[in-house]
Amino acid sequence: MPANDERWLDAEAGPVVRPYALTQGRTRHTGESFDLVATVMATPAALTEPVALAPEHMSVLQLARAPSTVADIASDVDLPLGVVRIILSDLRELGLVAIRRPVVMAERVDKHTLREVLNGLRGL
Amino acid sequence: MDYGVSDPAGGHPRSPAQHRAIKILLAGGFGVGKTTLVGAVSEIRPLRTEEPLTEGSLRTDSTVGVEGKTTTTVAMDFGRISLRSDLVLYLFGTPGQQRFWFMWDELAIGALGAVVLADTRRLADSFPAIDYFERRAIPFIIALNCFDGARRYDTEDVRMALDLDPDMPIVLCDARSRESAKDVLITLVEHVLMTASEEPVSGIV
Repeated sequence: MPANDERWLDAEAGPVVRPYALTQGRTRHTGESFDLVATVMATPAALTEPVALAPEHMSVLQLARAPSTVADIASDVDLPLGVVRIILSDLRELGLVAIRRPVVMAERVDKHTLREVLNGLRGL
Repeated sequence: MDYGVSDPAGGHPRSPAQHRAIKILLAGGFGVGKTTLVGAVSEIRPLRTEEPLTEGSLRTDSTVGVEGKTTTTVAMDFGRISLRSDLVLYLFGTPGQQRFWFMWDELAIGALGAVVLADTRRLADSFPAIDYFERRAIPFIIALNCFDGARRYDTEDVRMALDLDPDMPIVLCDARSRESAKDVLITLVEHVLMTASEEPVSGIV
């Protein structure tokens, strides 16, 4: 009996649907750029005002109901990062998500935080 | 414990949105053990990027038979380590070859530091990554993955071969071991902490 995951197309064959088809061919997102570890969070509007969205946009929005990072969301929806960035910028333009710069960026990492990281690692 | 979680002076608990994300990069040649190291110390997760093929990669990657192919999938090693409820460390590893540098430029922004994972049998594979981090003044350390059967070299020989500063940490590691991978990260953060303390002197404009 053929298992469902025994498809003749493997990852090497590339995606069945070209990823950028989901973004109408756009490969660059609009608006302010955001970091891979920027925090994404659905806005109150996303919870109250239902809007018609593509399924992929819907899935991303769903994941952003709890604060999450861009990288975490891309991993969870299993879409390429570039595609997720475009979806996120679409959602931001619609006012459905807020994207915040990571609180800790290299130029602002203070020694206190570095020691916290060290203690955290030692305690693993 | 040095840092109490509670602050009797009226500290407010951080809202989840204020969680702090630390980004550490892991670079190295193909097959050097990046995925193994990320997996040893963190919850490894799939993350891929679909990137438009550049002219450079078109020369490298044969597109015969798929001439319509304009993008290429690059898998990244992506790991997450929750250090505290509000402090998460993210590990990103990508291939070290020059043609993947478009990804490094993006990853490097805001990174705390980097680990260059090297194999003593193919030290030259780590040159591009070392050059990259040196040019961008991103603090990094060298971790030598001790493969079974590979000749052990003295770290000072490696330092000479790679033309590294005397204070640049070089550690031997076993990428399969959690403790060893942990030590690599600890060495990096200690190095960053040390570099940070020198900043006021060297950073005066």
